[in-house]
Amino acid sequence: MRDGQVVKGVRFRDHRVVGDIMALAERYRDEGADELVFYDITASPQGRSVDRSWVRRVARVLDIPFCVAGGIRSIADAEEVLNAGAEKISINSPALTDPALIDALSRRFGAQCVVVGIDSERTAAGYRAFQFTGDPSRARESGRDVLEWVREVQDRGAGEIVLNCMGSDGVRRGYDLEQLRAVREVCRVPLVASGGAGASEHFAAAFRDAGVDAALAASVFHNGVIAIGALKQALRSAGIEVRP
Amino acid sequence: MSGTVIIDSGGANLASLQFALERLGVAARVSANAGDIAAAERVILPGVGSAADAMHRLRAAGLAELLPQLAQPVLGICLGMQLLFEHSAEGDTDCLGVLPGTVRRLDPSITRPVPHMGWNRLHELANDPLLKGLGPEAYFYFVHGYVAPLGAFTLARTHYGEDFSAVVRHRNFCGVQFHPERSAASGAGVLANFLDLS
Repeated sequence: MRDGQVVKGVRFRDHRVVGDIMALAERYRDEGADELVFYDITASPQGRSVDRSWVRRVARVLDIPFCVAGGIRSIADAEEVLNAGAEKISINSPALTDPALIDALSRRFGAQCVVVGIDSERTAAGYRAFQFTGDPSRARESGRDVLEWVREVQDRGAGEIVLNCMGSDGVRRGYDLEQLRAVREVCRVPLVASGGAGASEHFAAAFRDAGVDAALAASVFHNGVIAIGALKQALRSAGIEVRP
Repeated sequence: MSGTVIIDSGGANLASLQFALERLGVAARVSANAGDIAAAERVILPGVGSAADAMHRLRAAGLAELLPQLAQPVLGICLGMQLLFEHSAEGDTDCLGVLPGTVRRLDPSITRPVPHMGWNRLHELANDPLLKGLGPEAYFYFVHGYVAPLGAFTLARTHYGEDFSAVVRHRNFCGVQFHPERSAASGAGVLANFLDLS
């Protein structure tokens, strides 16, 4: 999401508009998506909160869970989004700035709706967490090791972790299985793979070889490269149980 | 005062349930008022958050004594279902005691992260109006860290490392561990069945 429209970039840059939020929400609902995640990528970099007028509109038509991410920096921000009908809130940059926010949100709303998103990149120093990735001019390495951060956010009460592997984002060559496996080793809460899906086989590999609980993708669905129904059929053929 | 009332137990996210009922043509009201709840045709006890917090709020609103005495159809959802039991290990909390037994924590393991989050099917479905039209092929969205025991009240179970009650019913008191408001057509089916109970 940026300025009320759905956009998608490559490796977190060069975002293009791919469509209207309500039209896409209804399309994915009808095609059988199991959950939708809405990222307002402009929110944190500009130091403002997510524009929430659309959350209620989306909640009215969606009969599947959905998660809202972007600029949630306080209990009040989270409460507004959850009261508007979102199932979960996802925090990323604000959690890196103020880790105690995770504890506070988890205590107030329960771990089940507190998702921590981690933008991770392989570096010479290992997997590192990045911050403010929605704006290339402000994106920066946070100073945190991803595996240590995964342990910390769980201890603080995160109920789910979405690992966005930045190096593979938008390029459709598959999820970063090695990185996902490393995170899975230390992650006791649901782990969602994100970044790099380009073919049905990539989803199957993430479930089978990295043991993730869910796989998230954007480009391949927005562009119609993969149809959700066909993907689910392929996963079932591969012996992975999914909702039809 | 009549119609369907959603109990405001202080948690956030009552809108998704209200919208799900709205899609079924029912304008449900949200209330924590004992008079409203006693006079409602149907009562829904949602629940997001912790058992201790929710019971504290129900007690403060004078609802902990009222709810077990209700004679109209009552539906507990997720934590709301767990509150129908005698006790919850979550915060060592005494609950409403409509159903016997203790709610306990799911045992986490590397292959079974907790909270349990995802779409699961029901097993051993009882023949009950609450499950009309729903079979073992239907998927429902679960997100929970605690589970209710099995018993004579179990209408359907689900497996996640262990079997637990997914749908319960004792007289007018119904409960579902999953979120029917976020379980697509199968969830809407359960809500519609509940709205048909009298």
